[in-house]
Amino acid sequence: MTSQSKSESFTIRQLHEKLVAKEVSAKEIVEDFLHRIKEKDGALNAFITQTPEIALSQAEEVDKKIASGREISLLAGVPCAVKDSILVEGVTCTAGSKILQDYIAPYDATVARKLREQGAVFVGKTNTDEFNMGSSTENSAFGVTKNPYDVKRVAGGTSGGSAAAVAAGETLVALGADTGGSIRLPAAFCGVVGLKPTYGSVSRSGLIAMASSLDQIGPLAKTSQDAEDLFAAICGKDELDATSFEYEYKPLENFALKNLRVGVAEEFFGGGLMPEIADRMKSVLQKLERAGAAVEEIRLPHVKYALAAYYILSTSEVSANLARFDGIRYGKKAARARTLLDGYLQSRGEYLGDEVKRRIMLGTYALSAGYYEAYYLKAQKVRTLLQKDFQAAFAKVDVIMGPPSPFLPFKIGERNQDPLAMYLVDLYTVPVNLVGLPALSLPAGFVGNLPVGLQIIANQLGENLLFAVAKNLENLA
Amino acid sequence: MLSVTEVQRIAKFARIDLSDNEILKFQKELASVLEYFEILREVDISAAEPMAHSVSLQNVSRPDVVKKQKAELAKLLLDMAPETKEGYVKVKSIL
Repeated sequence: MTSQSKSESFTIRQLHEKLVAKEVSAKEIVEDFLHRIKEKDGALNAFITQTPEIALSQAEEVDKKIASGREISLLAGVPCAVKDSILVEGVTCTAGSKILQDYIAPYDATVARKLREQGAVFVGKTNTDEFNMGSSTENSAFGVTKNPYDVKRVAGGTSGGSAAAVAAGETLVALGADTGGSIRLPAAFCGVVGLKPTYGSVSRSGLIAMASSLDQIGPLAKTSQDAEDLFAAICGKDELDATSFEYEYKPLENFALKNLRVGVAEEFFGGGLMPEIADRMKSVLQKLERAGAAVEEIRLPHVKYALAAYYILSTSEVSANLARFDGIRYGKKAARARTLLDGYLQSRGEYLGDEVKRRIMLGTYALSAGYYEAYYLKAQKVRTLLQKDFQAAFAKVDVIMGPPSPFLPFKIGERNQDPLAMYLVDLYTVPVNLVGLPALSLPAGFVGNLPVGLQIIANQLGENLLFAVAKNLENLA
Repeated sequence: MLSVTEVQRIAKFARIDLSDNEILKFQKELASVLEYFEILREVDISAAEPMAHSVSLQNVSRPDVVKKQKAELAKLLLDMAPETKEGYVKVKSIL
C-alpha cells in the first residue's frame, strides 16, 4: 500500500498541539494533504470533487487565529473529506448520481456547518455509490474507487471514497453515511476506523436521503481517538432534524477490558463467512480473553432475516425519498420531454443508474396494493423481533462482536453483475441499522495483504463504550 | 415469477422510462430478489407489532415563526431548477 510514511502520520490531538505550539502552520498541513491527493487520487478515485481553494482559505483563517493569539478548537486545521451525499455550501454535491452532476449545495448540512465552525478544513467531496445504494462504490456515476491496499479491488461502499481517502493519507479524517453498512464496510475493506452512530445522535439535515429511518452520518479515521473526536464534534440535537436528540458526548472514564462482557452470536459467523476472516475474529477474541474480558455465546435468532427485512424497508423508503428527483426543482431534466409526465419518466429513465432504478422499483412493488402486508408490514414486524433479540442480548453482555462482512475486499467487477450477490455483502451490517444501534468497525489485522475489520456493536447511546473498547484493543499487542 | 406486464406497471408507478431490454433485465433481477424475500415466510410474526422507527418519536410543536435566512438563498435554490421564469420554477402545463 502507498500509505503516508510513519513520520507524517499524526492524530487530531497531536496536530492540535503542533498548531498551538506553532511548530507547523495549518496551511503547511493542508498543502501536504492536497499534494498527496494530487499524487494518489488519479489511481484511487476517492474524490468526486476536490476543493483546494476552500481548504487553503480555511487553513489561512486558522493560521490568522493562531497568529493573533486566539484559542483554536480541537478540529481547527484538521483536514476533513466529506462524502458527496452531504451538502457543503457552494460545492457541487452529486450523491454519486448523474442526475445531480451540476447540483451546487445552497447551504451546509448541519454536520458540515458544525465542522466549519470548529475550523476543520474541507479538502473535497468523496465518492459514493449513487444515492448511497451499493456495497462497493462501483455504482457511482463518477467511476469506481479503488482499494489503497490493492487497486484491483473495491474499497467497499458506499462511503468508499471517504475510507480510501483516509487510508491513503489524502485526508486526516472523513465523514461518511451509513444506511446498511456504508461506513463500517468500507472502513473494514480499507483498514480504517468507522462508526455508525446511534440513530438520532447526529443530525441528518443536509444529507441527501436514501432511507430516512436508517440513514446516519458518522466519522471515519485512522485511529479510534480521531473518530471519537470527530463524532463528539458532530453529534447532538438539531432543530432541522426532528429525529435527532440531545446528546452531549462524554468519553468513558476508568474503563478496563477486564470488566467487559463480550457477546458472540453464531448468526454473525454463518452465511458464507470466509474461514480466514473467522480465524482473525477468533484471534481477537482470544486476545480479549487474555486481557480479562468475558466472552460468551449469545443468540440473535432473527439476524438471519435482517437482510430481507432491510431490503424491503429500505427500498420502500427509497421509492418515496427519490420521488423528488423529477427534473423540476433540481437535477438534470430530459431535453425532449413534451408533457409533464414525459418529463418525469424520461428524466428519471435517462439520469438514474441501474441500482437506483432497481431499488425504487422494488420499493414501489413492496408498497403497492396487494403486496403491502406480505412485504412492508411483515418486514416491520421482523424489525420488532430483531429489536427484542438485541434487547435480550444486551441484558447479558456489554458489546457484541463479529466480522462486518463475510467477505474480504473483492475484485472490481466480481459481484456487480448480480444484485443479490452484492446485497449479501451487507449481511452482518444491516441488523444494527434496523434497530438504530451504534456499531464500529475497527481494523483487526490482515488476511494476506487485505485488511479485515472487527464489528463492535453496543446498546443505544453506547458510543463511549465502543470507543473505549476500540482504543483499548488498539493498544493490545 | 414477476411478469413483464408487472415490471411495466411498477416502472410506470415509479415514473421511470425503461427500454424493452431494461424491462427484461429488471424482470430477472427483481424476481431473484423477491425470491430471496421469501425467507421471511419462516418467521412467526403473530405476536409482533410493526416498527417504523428505531427511536420512539413523539410529535412536538414549535412556535410558528419566520426564521432569518441569508438573502441570496431563494436565488441559490431557484438557480438549481432546470427551468425558471420570473422567479418561479417552471413546469409543463398539467391540464
